[in-house]
Amino acid sequence: MSLTLEQVRRIARLARVEISDAEAENTLVHLNRIFSLIEEMQAVDTSGVEPMAHAQDLPQRLREDVVDETNRRERYQAVAPEIEAGLYLVPKVIE
Amino acid sequence: MIDKTLRQLSRALADREISSVELARLFLDRIERLDPQINAYITIDREKTLAQARAADARLAAGKAGPLTGIPLAQKDIFCAEGWRTTCGSKMLGNFVSPYDATVIERFNAAGAVILGKTNMDEFAMGSSTETSYFGVTRNPWDMERVPGGSSGGSAAAVAARLAPAATGTDTGGSIRQPSALCNLTGIKPTYGVVSRYGMIAYASSLDQGGPMARSAEDCALLLDVMAGFDARDSTSLDRPSEDYARALENPLAGLRIGLPKEFFGEGCDSGVMRRVEEAIAEYRRLGAKTVEVALPNMKLAVPAYYVIAPAEASSNLARYDGARYGHRAPAYDDLADMYAKTRAQGFGDEVKRRVLIGTYVLSHGYYDAYYLQAQRVRRRIAEDFAEAFRQCDVIMGPTSPTTAFRIGEKASDPVRMYLSDIYTIAVNLAGLPAMTIPAGFVDGLPVGLQLIGDYFAEARLLNVAHRYQQTTDWHREMPVIG
Repeated sequence: MSLTLEQVRRIARLARVEISDAEAENTLVHLNRIFSLIEEMQAVDTSGVEPMAHAQDLPQRLREDVVDETNRRERYQAVAPEIEAGLYLVPKVIE
Repeated sequence: MIDKTLRQLSRALADREISSVELARLFLDRIERLDPQINAYITIDREKTLAQARAADARLAAGKAGPLTGIPLAQKDIFCAEGWRTTCGSKMLGNFVSPYDATVIERFNAAGAVILGKTNMDEFAMGSSTETSYFGVTRNPWDMERVPGGSSGGSAAAVAARLAPAATGTDTGGSIRQPSALCNLTGIKPTYGVVSRYGMIAYASSLDQGGPMARSAEDCALLLDVMAGFDARDSTSLDRPSEDYARALENPLAGLRIGLPKEFFGEGCDSGVMRRVEEAIAEYRRLGAKTVEVALPNMKLAVPAYYVIAPAEASSNLARYDGARYGHRAPAYDDLADMYAKTRAQGFGDEVKRRVLIGTYVLSHGYYDAYYLQAQRVRRRIAEDFAEAFRQCDVIMGPTSPTTAFRIGEKASDPVRMYLSDIYTIAVNLAGLPAMTIPAGFVDGLPVGLQLIGDYFAEARLLNVAHRYQQTTDWHREMPVIG
């Protein structure tokens, strides 16, 4: 398998990473090398093997639906690039 | 004082031979003098460190000290520490002063340990050499032209150069073990779920695990006692009774069954490294252990499976860096989508971008089954191989890294070659097992590590096996000559 330049641009768009033409070409070379390493995995027959998502096969813990954290909004927003009236500011998305 | 173990420092503090403030100053002065050439630390904050040391001295004076009270420790810059800049080696978090403590930090603070500084690392822990850090490469104190390994390379270099008595690291594919091996340290990656990941900046959540990097197994046990424990704030933290990790240190090794996987002793390992590993195993035989050959037939698939699973999880975890709530935001942009794309293009380095793109691709429509699910099936095969091996042995041994420390720049332009530095460590993370590395000698003046892999929750046994070796060898006491 080999990726195309168009695919690299597409996944960069999906990943929300701006990529220049020169970067896309360089990335293509590296990704194709990495995928040829990954392809070695395809040689093994894994039919009937249950996928392993996690090291410990444990159910998610549940807890009582009660407030157990304090409100630390001000402290968390102190490191935000732009806030106003307790809200995070981003460019307008709805006209 | 700079060459004392944690236990010796603890005694010196208890006996008032030295105060915590004096000890912190000693290390801070040494960092100021020597770190410009090593670059082990990203952030030092004398005032914060000394304030913590003063509090520790008060606690010592009040007779309320624990074994780590007053001891300065280097923290990998992946652990959020309140009021400390916490960068994860990235420009993205270059301005991020953490508003909260990671559980690991909280536990060390409660024990009275002192934060000496935040150590350098590969960006978002993605690397095996510390060369992907936005804050510059860390140099290996054993040879300044070489890398310290990674991703916890700053922690490894700091402890090796005696710029800290011990440090923390995190290990997703070998990031505690490989730098420890390359810098002549003892390091342990616990069973997945033993150390809380809360406030430990996420790379690949099903693999990431924090652990200590120190100069002996005994010191690692002391640190793990503090780091380990259930944490309701980490959804994968294991709710188990607490352990005394030093309880079995002195147990004799007679009858210990050491499994030697043939996949660890074939091609791909430097012959000098292999000789040191074989000598270490011979020493274990003298200590009464027996060796048995075991097989890990899917080991060679560990690196390929890892480079699907880890980037997939990373692409999801790193979606949070969008310039909206914290961290870097591009100074100029057109609209929201453009703000995200420019922020991420500027904030992430090349290796991080590569892994985010790989992860995005393998999770995208039409490729999910072929890559992600296949990798997870291979992952189970690997875990089953280990389970089978542990029916025949108590501990698996082999090299930690296929080579000694490589030259700065040697592999930086070839990601695949860099990825193969972790061929012996990655399978352990996929299975979620505990593993450690201990110093086993030198090749041309560069340290070699012996890897010890245990069954789930066998940390105390691993530390015992490591400690007994360290009672009859001196490799772990060797220190590099610097400045």
